[in-house]
Amino acid sequence: MSYQFNFGPVFAAFDSLLLGAWVTVQLSVAAMVLGLIVGILGAAAKLFGGRILRVVVDVYIEVIRNTPFLVQIFFIFFALPLVGLRLNPTQAAILALLVNVGAYAIEIIRAGIESISRGQVEAGMALGLGRIHVLRYVILKPALRAVYPALTSQFILLMLSSSVVSTISANDLTAVANDIQSATFSSFEVYLVITVIYLVLAMGLTVVFRQIERITFSYPTAR
Amino acid sequence: MIRSFGPNEVLFIVSAIQFTLLLSAVAFAGGMVGGFLVMLARVSQFKALRIAATAFIRVFQSTPLLMQLFLIFFGFDLLGWEVSALTAAAVALTLHASAFLGEIWRGCVESVPRGQSEAGWALGLSYFDRMGSIVLPQATKIAIPPTAGFLVQLIKGTSLASIIGFVELTRAGQIINNNTFQPFLVFGLVAALYFIICWPISLFARRMERRLAVANAR
Repeated sequence: MSYQFNFGPVFAAFDSLLLGAWVTVQLSVAAMVLGLIVGILGAAAKLFGGRILRVVVDVYIEVIRNTPFLVQIFFIFFALPLVGLRLNPTQAAILALLVNVGAYAIEIIRAGIESISRGQVEAGMALGLGRIHVLRYVILKPALRAVYPALTSQFILLMLSSSVVSTISANDLTAVANDIQSATFSSFEVYLVITVIYLVLAMGLTVVFRQIERITFSYPTAR
Repeated sequence: MIRSFGPNEVLFIVSAIQFTLLLSAVAFAGGMVGGFLVMLARVSQFKALRIAATAFIRVFQSTPLLMQLFLIFFGFDLLGWEVSALTAAAVALTLHASAFLGEIWRGCVESVPRGQSEAGWALGLSYFDRMGSIVLPQATKIAIPPTAGFLVQLIKGTSLASIIGFVELTRAGQIINNNTFQPFLVFGLVAALYFIICWPISLFARRMERRLAVANAR
């Protein structure tokens, strides 16, 4: 093999790669927070909503889960402006990520809520807690704790799939890498370096999620 | 020049399904073979094999599929091998599927109680007999729903092959959209076609899962 690896231009542009990584983190965190809200509202709609609302949420979930993220992004970025919703690449990226992760989050959180036994809710009410408090502390928090591993691994998948938003030229990590590779032709080297950055981001997120779990859900279980 | 979105354009997109299906089928078949080997290594009694399989799985689960495609695509280039976008995508998706199926199936194999394998060992059965006649038949039943679920992920994942230039369903849609600028119709149609492929598999996975839950509850 006569190929000479040339990492020089990649490390020369390392600052812009770090900036891209920061954009990826921001996009992902924004989509996670908003996706969590969509997940909670959607799960509530599926469990407690009327018939029409339930059907609407079901259609949303099935459509999103059975079509590629790439096509969803193209639809949001290219088709929505025709109905008057003009988004810049960053907004389109966040919307696409949140719409996508929301569909998965609804199903995960619904499973969590369904795992809460009726007796637990009744015990909360018997203790004199108001509706809001029962909903928040007796249903939602234990439900989120029960599905926390599934939810966080979905969030890590979200961060990884955010690399696809580079196709609509949002300036995330992959988009920065695309720019560097077209300027330097060190394609393999650039993508190898950012793959390692993604790996580090994924491991970092895992650590952060574990810390959040320790702080938020550290009370003992009944079992 | 902007063309209109007529029957020819629809036909072009619809006929691109075959390439999405071809890539999915190759990657799934390759991933089943690779995943089986990864799973065997992952539950092996040799520590080195277990570590290697775990590392392989971790790397593929913690990096974007798009990067896996790029690295394989440009990696072939760097080795001086001229391969088509289809080959590069097929290799990348096969490795990707091997890692994910290996991890899914490891869980299924480990859910078969250890005593089963130990009983086989006590009866003097060989490794192949214990795996082939005792563990795998029981694990296969549990493996069907998550494997079908992953197949849906894989089919959706083939859309990324469009980024390295393989003309499948998504790329066909992009080409037509660039010519007609009818994103609503074009990407609506593309999404609908993916849905028609994936939804039945998702429904099948869910039905099998429910049936399994009922069987286990008994």
